Amino acid sequence: MVMHFEYDIEGGDFSKAGNVSSLLKKTLKQLVGNHKIVKRIVVSMYEAEVNVVAHAYSGKVIIDIDTDKISIQVKDKGPGIEDIEQAMQDGYSTASEKVREMGFGAGMGLSNIKNNSDEFELTSKLGEGTELKIVAYLKNL
Amino acid sequence: MENKAFHHALKIQKEQCIGCSHCMNICPTEAIRVRNGKAELFENRCIDCGECFRVCPVNAIIIEQDDFNKIFQYKHRIALLPAVFSGQFPEEVKTSQIYDVLIDLGFTNVYEVEHGVDLLKESMQKFAENNKESKPLISSFCPAVIRLIQVKFPAMVENIISLHPPLDIAALYYKKKIMDKGVDESDIGIFYVTPCAAKIAAIKSPVGNENSPINGVINMDFIFNKVYTNIRRGNFQAGQNVEKEQLSPEGVLWSLTNGEIDNMEGRCLAIDGVHNVIDFLEKIENEEIKDVDFLELRACDESCAGGVLTTKNRFLTVERLKKRASQYKKNKKGNPQKQILNYYPFLKENICIGKVHPRSMMKLDENMAEAMKKMRRVKEIMKCLPGVDCGACGAPNCQALAEDIVQERAVINHCIFIQKIFEKKGILEWEQSYEIMKEIWGDDKLNRKC
Repeated sequence: MVMHFEYDIEGGDFSKAGNVSSLLKKTLKQLVGNHKIVKRIVVSMYEAEVNVVAHAYSGKVIIDIDTDKISIQVKDKGPGIEDIEQAMQDGYSTASEKVREMGFGAGMGLSNIKNNSDEFELTSKLGEGTELKIVAYLKNL
Repeated sequence: MENKAFHHALKIQKEQCIGCSHCMNICPTEAIRVRNGKAELFENRCIDCGECFRVCPVNAIIIEQDDFNKIFQYKHRIALLPAVFSGQFPEEVKTSQIYDVLIDLGFTNVYEVEHGVDLLKESMQKFAENNKESKPLISSFCPAVIRLIQVKFPAMVENIISLHPPLDIAALYYKKKIMDKGVDESDIGIFYVTPCAAKIAAIKSPVGNENSPINGVINMDFIFNKVYTNIRRGNFQAGQNVEKEQLSPEGVLWSLTNGEIDNMEGRCLAIDGVHNVIDFLEKIENEEIKDVDFLELRACDESCAGGVLTTKNRFLTVERLKKRASQYKKNKKGNPQKQILNYYPFLKENICIGKVHPRSMMKLDENMAEAMKKMRRVKEIMKCLPGVDCGACGAPNCQALAEDIVQERAVINHCIFIQKIFEKKGILEWEQSYEIMKEIWGDDKLNRKC
């Protein structure tokens, strides 16, 4: 009974950053009664999407919606994260000046995603890419 | 808690409606369909923004007001005017003339809504101070925006500042003031002259509050015509003894775009126009836009100056009000202490509104498994529909038709493209598709001599 969605993200295309989270939001608002959970998931999705746009060359989003949980996987081809522990710290950012000027790259993204999800898994290979898996349970609130 | 009956001031008059679908296409919440050649409203989706009223070419959509003679049920008859009312008149018309005519028409007192602004401003600042967690705070000023948030952005209801708008504060004050002179409450009638439909809905079924201190509503265009005609014809008694107090410059500007944000601390933004407000709220909800402290959101372009019941061009109204505000700024000396100040303790006790509850209209089903089934069907149907959003099915776009189909409010052969496909396949006779179109658009449109 799972609903499955896949989307591609193009690295560096800030004009489209947010499109996947908007589509996900539209879908979730039609399915899920608890709007607080919807908001948490959409906020995570947006942060993850911007991370791909800001840092990677390309990315793929895989979303599985079930009646009890929503799982999101974001896989990107990109430089990878050297030190995940460091990257998770609030305020740590490797974003370029250009990206920061656009209002992105404040270094809160990853911890914001973690705070808004029930399960959080981040793996990365330097020079290859990063994979993020998050799960939000619907019966939680 | 999410669903009850809602009062809508906007009414479609079936006899006048020609089923042209202009309203259906402009509605920001997709609340209108065409059936049997007439526009139909989904009541729980309508936010009373009045966009449909603006575009109707035959004035089939009306804004229901109270009968003017209702004022005479009361001994004390107060006309509560928003500042934009004075902005409707040409420069040469003096405020005193407007007041004289209003008294001539039967009111006993005239008072401006925005006298409530000075207290509200303070209270809003204090509220912001105490609620730093729920950023961005959203003003409770525009009732169409409140309703929009309830139905379309349910997660944002907690950001709404739970304070009465100036209108309620002014009404509470004036009623109390007269009651303190020993007058019975049942003898006091407070009548608001409204620039829009949403304010009427807010008075007839208030959000976050049981009942409104306002007894009746009169449409601004109606009262403007009466007043201006009498002024033009010199048909009124000049020099009536009307009690008059001067608004603060902030009060004069409050209902215009940027009227609130100048008084709030931090990063504040003012957005007007219902479609702009929707775009912005989408981004705020995703937290694409962060660190905003306060949002002034107004459904009408140029805020209340662009209200659907105003008569004058919105930009000219803004010009006149700005002039008025700068005059008041200069001439502070002629401004005695306002009487409302004595009532601040009373008003402060009554300034808060209750919780605003969400009433999301977007769920396909209360049960999530059912909703998922329906969404699958919508996706299947969308593969068949042409995606041109022509509206010939009587729904505003293909997606809306697909959703109507799964909710059993429509069938797939309402789509004119599907009809053609079915005719070619031999599933549908042309007479049948002709009947279907007649059901949607009415006899008249399909019986014309061509």
